[in-house]
Amino acid sequence: MSREVTVAKREPVVRMAKRDTISRGKAWGIRLIAVLLSLVTAAVVIVAITKQNPVEVYLGIVDGAVGTNRRAWVTIRETVVLLCIAIGLTPAFKMKFWNIGAEGQILMGGAATAALMIYAGDALPNWLLLIVIFIASAAAGMVWGLIPAIFKAKYNTNETLFTLMLNYVAMQVVTFCIVFWENPAGSNTVGIIGAAGQKGWFPPVLGITYGLNVILVAVLTVGIYIYMKYSKHGYEISVVGESQNTARYAGINVKRVIIRTMMLSGAICGFAGCLIVSGASHTISTSTAGGRGFTAIIVAWMSKFNPFAMILVSAFLVFMQQGSIQIASQFGLNENASDIITGILLFFLIGCEFFINYRLEFRKNRNA
Amino acid sequence: MNLLLTFIQKAIGQGVAILFGATGEIVTEKSGNLNLGIPGIMYMGGIAGLMGAFFYENGTENPNGFVGFLIAIVCTLAASALGGLLYSFLTITLRANQNVVGLALTTFGVGFGNFFGGSISKLAGGVGQISVKTTAEAFRAQIPVLSEIPVVGDLLFSYGFLTYLSVVIALGMTYFLKRTRKGLNLRAIGEDPATADAAGINVSRYKYVATVTGAAIAGIGGLYFVMEYLGGTWSNNGFGDRGWLAIALVILALWNPANAIWGSFVFGGLYILYIYLPGLTRATQELCKMLPYVVTIVVLVITSKRNKQENQPPASLGEAYFREDR
Repeated sequence: MSREVTVAKREPVVRMAKRDTISRGKAWGIRLIAVLLSLVTAAVVIVAITKQNPVEVYLGIVDGAVGTNRRAWVTIRETVVLLCIAIGLTPAFKMKFWNIGAEGQILMGGAATAALMIYAGDALPNWLLLIVIFIASAAAGMVWGLIPAIFKAKYNTNETLFTLMLNYVAMQVVTFCIVFWENPAGSNTVGIIGAAGQKGWFPPVLGITYGLNVILVAVLTVGIYIYMKYSKHGYEISVVGESQNTARYAGINVKRVIIRTMMLSGAICGFAGCLIVSGASHTISTSTAGGRGFTAIIVAWMSKFNPFAMILVSAFLVFMQQGSIQIASQFGLNENASDIITGILLFFLIGCEFFINYRLEFRKNRNA
Repeated sequence: MNLLLTFIQKAIGQGVAILFGATGEIVTEKSGNLNLGIPGIMYMGGIAGLMGAFFYENGTENPNGFVGFLIAIVCTLAASALGGLLYSFLTITLRANQNVVGLALTTFGVGFGNFFGGSISKLAGGVGQISVKTTAEAFRAQIPVLSEIPVVGDLLFSYGFLTYLSVVIALGMTYFLKRTRKGLNLRAIGEDPATADAAGINVSRYKYVATVTGAAIAGIGGLYFVMEYLGGTWSNNGFGDRGWLAIALVILALWNPANAIWGSFVFGGLYILYIYLPGLTRATQELCKMLPYVVTIVVLVITSKRNKQENQPPASLGEAYFREDR
């Protein structure tokens, strides 16, 4: 008798239980709370450093992200790039292939783009040049995705570390190219490529500078959504991701799926390199990818690979990043403040997934 | 001869930071946690130690090197353990995906380091670079007498305290993992947490302790870089990709900290080889800098191809454990 009592007393105050289902509204409610909490935390951090009024700080963020027409378009441009990378990573992650190599794939795509802009800029009409750039950048990224995929399929080589290392190989490839492309000589930077004739630059569409970026990524997003959801390939990818043994049993050629999917994933990330180089910065450096390959992983994961959730998440992150760049210069901090704020946001968003998947059960008060 | 001696010294100097990171990551991975936040944690550890020493040296009239040394180490351990704790809370208690949390932690940690490193002197009311000479000298102090022996002294005794600490920690961790009961428990958790749980091992506690300890060890690597390598100053992104190399070294060392000792010196050597190879142009130098990564890839492919039982990563690496989930 007394033994039972001691057992009962040991029941923990809180215990976790997995939820069977959660309504969509409740899930988004939890996410909204997480976003609000993260904004409060970020505000506390900013105020602690700058000793400014938090309301002013957030007004500064809004101003920095969408305050002027130009800033708003930069925010949209960056959102579209991040979205494109996340879209590219989706098929690989759905297959549980940890492609951490988006950075490298972007850099290779960017390097191919820059090469064409420099060497073929005057040889081809602009529309043809752009098409060649699209193909070449995708091909370069594809090769960079293909290498680890072959070894994964053949020897089951750990892809997380393989793709990670390829990032740095790609970075060295870019610095290697910069030696030949630097302009002006000795600056160790490439400078704006084709500033005079705007060769290989995305032309404005309907008078909007970044119109083409938005259109291309929108098409890509819808395309991948359909590919993942309604095509046989997409189905095979999700089966391989759930269980390779099941896939094999069902007669799916797992090796072929891995290689094919990584080619697609790498190609889209390579194309993102073209979006950055040809469609935005018109130059190339080792920071062309700028960590976006990593951020996109988190975007893709948090959106549960839903392309439309990805739009929201990447827009939110870019909004905050652009905003923090603004407040950093406004209050004389350095630009890395935006990484800290992004980190805080991510911790909250990642953490809140727990409360969507699990619920906490508190110990019932027996005396009551 | 002299050139070779300098090369070996410099290679070891490069390797020590990587060795701390790799030892920390091995301990972490043995508990089944793949902590990709190590590069960020190393930045956090480095800047925290530097800030601690900076505020101490700025606050006192006659800063004492030894006190600064202690303050820097305590700050480093606290900051990097905090980073590890954050990772542990998110992945162990909240069961978030380890890769995603790790990458977010790296984004945060690198930003944290560069932000405070870049603006600390401004925040403290000064201008320009920060520098903590007195403390850095304490870190760089060589063993008296022994370091003056020609060749042998240069080769073996010309380093600061942290270099020897890195080797001691690596050997100690190998002993802990292979020869103690607790080490066995930890390895059991990394291989199969459910079985370990059934055997009465507290899985969550082990995972927490291993991850936080691992993070603290890795953080000292950041401190080493700031204090002994850079001599008590900061350059943004100066630490570079050494954190990722530390994770690569875990593979090269086949999850054994003792192997990581020589592995880190090989990596350090490859890292700076381009300076010492004659006849390289600026362009071929850049290609030469690829070497550490290419070597890692080759090792990765070879170990996966040979597929030897004892050289594999812990079986549950990267997976969250939830008792009710089976």
